Amino acid sequence: MTDVRFTIDGKEVLVKPSQTVLQAALDNGIHIPHLCYHPALSPFAGCRLCIVEIKGGKAPIASCALPVKDGLEVTTRNERLHQFRKTALDLILSDHPLNCLTCEKNAICDLQKYAYEFGLEKTSYAGERTAYPNETGNPLIEMSYQTCIMCGRCVIACNEAVVNEAIDFTRRGFAAKITTPLDVPRKDSDCVFCGACVDVCPVGALTDLTARFKGRISECQKASVICPYCGCGCSILLDIKDNTIIRAKGNPAGPANHGWLCIKGHFGLDFVHHADRLTKCGIRNAECGVIPHSPLPTPHLPEYPSSALDTSLNQSRERLHKPLIRKNGVLCEATWEEAIALIAGEFARIKADHGSGSLAALASAKCSNEENYLMQKLCRVLFGNNNIDHCARLCHASTVAGLAKSFGSAAMTNSIDEVDNADVILVIGSNTTEAHPIIGYAIKRAVNKGAKLIVCDPRAIELTEFSDIWLRHKCGSDVALINGLMNVIISEGLENKEFIKSRTEGFEAMKKVVQNYPPEKVAGITGVPAEDIRKAARAYASAKDAMVIYSMGITQHTTGTDNTMSLANLVMLCGQIGKLSSGLNPLRGQSNVQGACDVGALPNVYPGYQAVNNPDIKAKFEGAWGVPLSDEPGLTVTEIIDGASNGLIKGLYIMGENPMLSDPNITHVDEGLKNLEFLVVQDIFLTETAQRATVVLPALSFAEKEGSYTNTERRVQLSPPALKPTGQSRPDWQILSEIAVCLAKALNINCRFDYKSVGELTDELASVSPIYGGVTYDRISRNVTLSKAKGLTPKADKDSSTPSQNDTSTIQTSYSLQWPCPTEEHPGTKFLHKDKFTCGLGKFHPIEHKPPAEEPDTDYPFVLTTGRTLYHYHTGSMTRRSTGPAFVVPEAYVEMNPADAQGLAIADGEKVNIASRRGSVTITAKITERVPQGTIFMPFHFAEAAANMLTNTAIDPVAKIPEYKVCAAKITKAQKI
Amino acid sequence: MQKLHSLKELQYFKEELLRSYDGKKKRILVCSTGCRARNALKIRDAFYTVIKQEHLTSEIEIIETGCQGLCAYAPVVTIEPHGIFYGKLTEKDVPDIIAKTMKTTEAVNHLCYSENKNTYPYLKEIPFFKPQKKIVLRNCGYINPTNPEDYVRRNGYLAIAKALSGMKPEDVINEVTKSGIRGRGGAGFPTGLKWKFANGYKNDTKYFICNGDEGDPGAFMDRAVLEGDPHSVIEGMLIGAYAIGATHGYIYVRAEYPIAVEYSTLAVKHAREMGLLGENILGTGFNFDITIKQGAGAFVCGEETALIASIEGRRGMPKPRPPFPAESGLWGKPTVINNVETLASIPQIILEGSAAYAQLGTQGSKGTKVFALAGKVTNTGLVEVPMGITLRQIIFDIGGGIPHGRAFKAVQMGGPSGGCLPAEHLDTPIDYESIKQAGAIMGSGGMIVLDEINCMVDIARYFMDFVQKESCGKCVPCRIGTKRMLEMVTRFTTGTAETGDIEKLQALAESVRDSSLCGLGQTAPNPVISTLRYFRNEYEAHLNDKFCPAGVCKELFNYAINPEKCTGCTVCAKNCPVKAITGEKKKAHTIDTAKCELCGICVEKCKFNAIAPVPKKQLNHIKK
Repeated sequence: MTDVRFTIDGKEVLVKPSQTVLQAALDNGIHIPHLCYHPALSPFAGCRLCIVEIKGGKAPIASCALPVKDGLEVTTRNERLHQFRKTALDLILSDHPLNCLTCEKNAICDLQKYAYEFGLEKTSYAGERTAYPNETGNPLIEMSYQTCIMCGRCVIACNEAVVNEAIDFTRRGFAAKITTPLDVPRKDSDCVFCGACVDVCPVGALTDLTARFKGRISECQKASVICPYCGCGCSILLDIKDNTIIRAKGNPAGPANHGWLCIKGHFGLDFVHHADRLTKCGIRNAECGVIPHSPLPTPHLPEYPSSALDTSLNQSRERLHKPLIRKNGVLCEATWEEAIALIAGEFARIKADHGSGSLAALASAKCSNEENYLMQKLCRVLFGNNNIDHCARLCHASTVAGLAKSFGSAAMTNSIDEVDNADVILVIGSNTTEAHPIIGYAIKRAVNKGAKLIVCDPRAIELTEFSDIWLRHKCGSDVALINGLMNVIISEGLENKEFIKSRTEGFEAMKKVVQNYPPEKVAGITGVPAEDIRKAARAYASAKDAMVIYSMGITQHTTGTDNTMSLANLVMLCGQIGKLSSGLNPLRGQSNVQGACDVGALPNVYPGYQAVNNPDIKAKFEGAWGVPLSDEPGLTVTEIIDGASNGLIKGLYIMGENPMLSDPNITHVDEGLKNLEFLVVQDIFLTETAQRATVVLPALSFAEKEGSYTNTERRVQLSPPALKPTGQSRPDWQILSEIAVCLAKALNINCRFDYKSVGELTDELASVSPIYGGVTYDRISRNVTLSKAKGLTPKADKDSSTPSQNDTSTIQTSYSLQWPCPTEEHPGTKFLHKDKFTCGLGKFHPIEHKPPAEEPDTDYPFVLTTGRTLYHYHTGSMTRRSTGPAFVVPEAYVEMNPADAQGLAIADGEKVNIASRRGSVTITAKITERVPQGTIFMPFHFAEAAANMLTNTAIDPVAKIPEYKVCAAKITKAQKI
Repeated sequence: MQKLHSLKELQYFKEELLRSYDGKKKRILVCSTGCRARNALKIRDAFYTVIKQEHLTSEIEIIETGCQGLCAYAPVVTIEPHGIFYGKLTEKDVPDIIAKTMKTTEAVNHLCYSENKNTYPYLKEIPFFKPQKKIVLRNCGYINPTNPEDYVRRNGYLAIAKALSGMKPEDVINEVTKSGIRGRGGAGFPTGLKWKFANGYKNDTKYFICNGDEGDPGAFMDRAVLEGDPHSVIEGMLIGAYAIGATHGYIYVRAEYPIAVEYSTLAVKHAREMGLLGENILGTGFNFDITIKQGAGAFVCGEETALIASIEGRRGMPKPRPPFPAESGLWGKPTVINNVETLASIPQIILEGSAAYAQLGTQGSKGTKVFALAGKVTNTGLVEVPMGITLRQIIFDIGGGIPHGRAFKAVQMGGPSGGCLPAEHLDTPIDYESIKQAGAIMGSGGMIVLDEINCMVDIARYFMDFVQKESCGKCVPCRIGTKRMLEMVTRFTTGTAETGDIEKLQALAESVRDSSLCGLGQTAPNPVISTLRYFRNEYEAHLNDKFCPAGVCKELFNYAINPEKCTGCTVCAKNCPVKAITGEKKKAHTIDTAKCELCGICVEKCKFNAIAPVPKKQLNHIKK
C-alpha cells in the first residue's frame, strides 16, 4: 500500500494509509487535543475534542476516526474549533468534581491537562450532576460515576481488547452510565478483574483500590518487569514508592501483551512484600531450640475489606533473622557463610560417600534463564551427572518428546500476535482464557473478527461459549478424536497433498492406522457425535490459516507424547504449519518454563536441546566448561522423587519448586523427601517443600532481581531489578554461584562459577547454545521506546535511557528476541519450520488410541481431572498471598455436575470428601454444568485440599509425565464437625 | 401460498387474480390498524354480524385495510364500489349503513365528512383527499395487508419482475437516480447515489436494511405503510438488493408497533412461500431473504450506524462516519439502509418509469411526500402530496385549518430534529431546500400544527426534554450539552432565567449542533434555534416580564377575566373544577388566583374570549 499525502494546517505530510488523521497529526508533531482516543483501542469519537475541519466538509469531524486520504486538507486549529473544544471541556467540567487534591490521577489526568490548557478554572454551566454512588463492593477496582467522563475507553478495552464483556454503557441521555449488566456489583458480574479498564481510564474514575492513598501515579518511580506468572510473558509497568510496589499496570510496549494483563499480573503482585517472605537463611540443627517461623501450611490470606487501605502487608511481621538450618528436626536461622559452607560440605560428602549418582537438582520454571543455566551447569559439572530436571516434566515433557520426534524441536511454532489473524483456531486441552489469559484474549478477538473456533474439551470453558464447534470428548480420548478428524480429512480428500509430498515422511503408515478410526467408531470412544467430528475436520482442513493451540489437557496423560504427535500429524496432514498464523502451539505454563528447558534444565539435553549422549556435543561442552561430563541422561523429576524414596538419591537441591504440592501423589513425595540425607530448598517463602529442607535459602522475587525470561512464544525478555532486596535474601544466580564456587573448591574441580553479573551468564549461555547464539546481554538490555501516539510497533532504541517518570509521555520496555536467533545480527524468528522442519522432513507417526491408566470403576466411579483457575497460579505460594486472587477465589473447590450432586444429595457449597486410591481431601463442592456427568474437576493450587493428594503417578513411558488429567475418584459427603 | 417459479408464472398469477376479481362487488373497507384505538375491530365485527343476520354474506365482502388517512374521523370505512367514506362510526351506525348504502347505494349523510356545512359523501371529493397524490400510500387503505394476492392484483411484484427480466443492476440504479427520489427518512440523501456507492464496493456479502425505526413524535407514516402495505416495502427491498448485490436484508421495526411487526413478519413469510424471497427468486437465480428485527425503543436507533449496532446485538450507539455503511455497514459489509417510505416508492418508480415520478415535485425534490398532520389542525391524519405544495395548502386546504377559530402560530416540522416555522412561511413550497432554509427540516414528515395558545418556549423545552432523554450518551455535546440546554430553557419557563441567558443558550445550541457526533445531536438544538429565530419575543417575555403570553408556563401567568368582555354567562364558573370563579349572573366574574390551578378549562369554555393569561405581578397590582 502506498503512502498517503495530505495537508494538516498547511503542512504536507506523508503517512501510512492505515492511519487516522489524529495519529498522522500526532506523529508529525501537531497536537490535537483528545480525551477518548487511546492508541490501543478502536476510535470512539465521543469527547469531540479532536474535531477538525476538512476543506469542503460542512461540520467539523472527529480526527480520531477519520481515515487519512490523499489530498485531504485538514485544519486543526482556528477560533471556531477552539470554541467548540472549550465548550466540550466546559460541559465535561459541569459534570466532573474538582477533587484533584485527593485524586489518584492528579498531575497525569488528561482532563486536568486540557482544563489548564484552555484556562478553564471551573464550569460555566450550572445544573444537575451525576449522582450515582461509587461502585465498590470489592477491594480491587472502584468506579466513581461522578468522576467518569464517559469517554468509553474502559468499555472498548473490556469488550474489544480483552473481550471479557463485563461492562458497557447503559441507560440513555444524561442518565447514561458505564456499568455491568443489570448494574450488579463487579464481583458478581463477568468482570475478571484484569484491570484493563483501570489502565485506560484517562481520569480518576476507575481506580486501583489496592493503591489508594499509597502513592499517586505521578509520584511513583516506574519499572518495566516481566510478569512472574504464566508463560505469556507480559510486560508490567510497576509504580514504586519507598521500595514498595504501589500498583501494576500493563505495559503497552510489551510485545506479548500490548498493555493487557490478567488479575494475577494486575492485582497479584503484593506477595513480593508479604510478611511470609524468607529474609534469612535457615538450617535444621540439633542444638537449635528456636522455632523461627509460624507453622505452615496455613497460607496467610489478606483480609477483606480492610485491605483497600491496609498497609499491614508491607509491615514487617514475623521475619527470619538468620538463614535457616534444620537442627535436629528444627529449622534455625543461620548466616549465609554458615549455610553455604554446610551445603558445599554435605554435597561433597554425599558425592564421596555414595557416588555422583546420589545427587540431583531441581531447577525452576520461575527463575531466569541465567539461573537455570547456572543450576544445570552446577549439576552437570559439580554433581557430575545429568540428574537435573524441573517441573516442565510435569507439564510439557510430552511436548518436548513428541514434537522433537515429529518436527525436531518443541515450542510454539507461532507468535501470540499471530492468533489474531488466524481464520480457524483449534483449541484442544487448553483452558486458554484461564491459564493463558493474554492468549485467551487474542483467541476471542480473532473470533470476534470472524475466525472459526473449534474447542475440544471435556469441560465447558469460557472458550466453548465463543466456539463454532465444541467437541466434548471424554478425558483421555484425544488420540481417538484426532485420528477421527484425520480419518474424515483423508476420506474426503481434504489433506494437503503437496505439503505431505514435499515436506513430510511416513504418511502411508499413519494413514493406515487412521483408517481404523471412522467418525462413528470414534464417537463411541470419545462420546462426540460423528457429525460434529466431520464438521470440525472440514472446518480445520479448509482453513486458510489455522492454528492449533493446546496445553495440559493434551500433555498430562500417560499418552501425552502420543497426543502431541497426533496433533503434529494433524497439522502436517493439512499443511497448516510453517507460515504466519498457522502451526502447532503448545502453551507453556510458567513465566520461564520455556527458558528453563531451552537452557538445559533437562536430564537429557544441554542448553539449546543438545543431547547429552551425543559425543560431539559432549565434547563441545567439556571444551566450554573445561571438565569431563557424563554422557548418561539423568533422572527426571518423577524418577528423582522415586530415587529419593528408594535410597538412590541422597542429596537434593531444589530451587524455587514446590513438589510437595505440584507433584502427583503428595504422600509419595513426602516419603521421598523425608528419606533424603540432605535437602536444600531455595525459595521466597517457606513452602510445603521448604519445611522439609535441611537448609532453606532466601531468594529474591522476580521484582528484585535481574534476569531474562523466555515466554511461551520463544521470546527472550530481560526483566530489570525494580526493588531493593528483601532482608538478606539474594538473587538465585548469586546463591548458586557462591555455592558452586565453594563446592568446586571442596571437590577440587576447576570450572568458572564466580559470576559478577547476570550479563556474564547471558553471554555464556549464548556462546554454548546455538538457538540463543544472538541473544546477548547487550541486545536484550537495550530499551525500546514506544511513543504513545504511534501505536504498537516498538523499535529498538540504541540510546537507551531510564524509563520515563511520567507515563503520559513515552512507554518503554526492553528489547526482546524470539529464538532461534543464531547470530548477533539475526532478528529472531517469528514462526518456526518455514521452509523445512528442524529435523528436515516432518515425520508422521501411526498412533493408536490407548485408554488412561486408571479408569473409573465401582469403587471409584468418577473421573477426576485437574487444572488451573484464572485466579490462582500453580501451588498458590504467590497468588494466595496476593490481594486480588485471594479475594476472588479464597478457597479450594471441586466442580461437580448437578446430576451427580443430586445423586449424592450434595448441595452447592457443601463440604465433601474426595478420595482416590492414593489419598483423600475435604473440599467445598461447586455444582456446575461446566463438568459433564461422571467427571469432577479440582484446581490444584490449594494446600489445604491438594488435588495432588489424589492424582495418579502413572507416567507416560517416553516423557515420564504423570497423568494429572485422569484418575478415578469417589465422592462422599463430609462429616459435619 | 402458491409458489411462483418464474416471471411468467407471476404474470399469469396476476392475470388470474384480476380475472377472478369482481370489481362491482360490494365491499366494506374497514381500517383495522390505526383505527383500532377507536374501536375499529368492534365496528368490523358489527358489520359481520349484521351482514350475517341480513343474509348478505355472499354479496358483501369486508376488507380489513390499513390506514385510510383521515385519522381525525376514526374509525373510518370506505364503501366500494361507490367510494363512499364514513367516519367517526359507532356500532349503532352499522345497521344504517347496511340498510341504506349497501342496499340502495344511498349515503348516510350524518356519517359523512363535512366542512363548512357541506357534506361530502364521496371520498374523491373530500377536500382532505382531493389534492393528494398517492404513490407511497397507493395501496394503504385499499387492500388487505395480510393478503399478498391483493398486492399482486394491484401490480404488486411486477416491478421486481421487470427489474429481473431485463434490467441490469446498473439500469435499476440509473432509473432510481433519474427519478430524483431522495431518502424519506429525513436527511434526503439521493437514493440512487446511495445504491450506486454500495454497488461499487465489491463484496460477496452485502446487506439491505429497511429502517422502520420511526421515532419522531407525531410521525406515523412508516407504521402505516408497514401495517397497510408491507409487500410494497419488501418489493422495494428486493429491487434495492438486486441493484446493490445484497443477499440478505433486515426490516428493523420498533417493537412498539405490534401490528407493523405482525404484518411485516407475515408478509415476509408469504413472500417466501410464494418464491419471492429466498433462493432463486422467480427462477432468475437472484437470492434474497429478509429477517424482521425488532427495535427496543431507542430513538437513536433510527440513526443508521446505531441501527446497525442494534441489529448486531450491541447497544445502539452511532459511530463516526466515514466509513459510511455503503462501504462498511452491518458486520462490516457494504450495507444500504433505506427508509420505509422510500422503499414503498421504489416499485412505482421502476414500474411506471422514472420520468413519471420525476414529473412530480420541484427541481430538487421529486415525487410525493407523506406527512403526518397532527396537533392543532382539524383533519389530523396521513396525507401524501406532491413536493412543492405549500404549507398553507396542507394545513388549511387539506388539514381544514385550526380548530376553535384560533390563530395559527407555527408548524413544527421534522420532529425533534426539526424546527418551528411561523405564519410568514405558510406559503413556502415544501421541498428539502426551502424547508431547511426556513429553519426546519423535511425530516420524516411529522407536521405538528401549533396555535396561539401554544408557548414556543415550552415547545422548545418539550423537544429538548425528548432529545436529552434519547441521547445515547456517547458524545459530550449531546449528552451534557442537551442537558444543559434543557436546564436553561426550563429556567425560562419557570422564571429563573437571567440576563444573558438567551445569548448563552444560543451559543451552546450552535456548539451542540456543530460539534455533535451524529444526526441526533447535530439536530437536537433545532427546536431551540428555530424558536429563538422566530419567537425570540416569547423568550424575552419569559425572561424580562416573567410572563408566558400563551398561558402555558404555569409559574409565569394567572388567568384574569376581562370585565369588558365578560357577559356573566356563568359557564366558566360552572365548569371550574376548583370553584375558583365567582360572580353574579350577567355581571363580570372574577378568578380567585389563590384557588385557580391554571387548568385552562374556563378559557376553553368561554365563548366571549374574555379570559386570558396575564402576568402574575400585573394581577397582583389589580388586586391592590
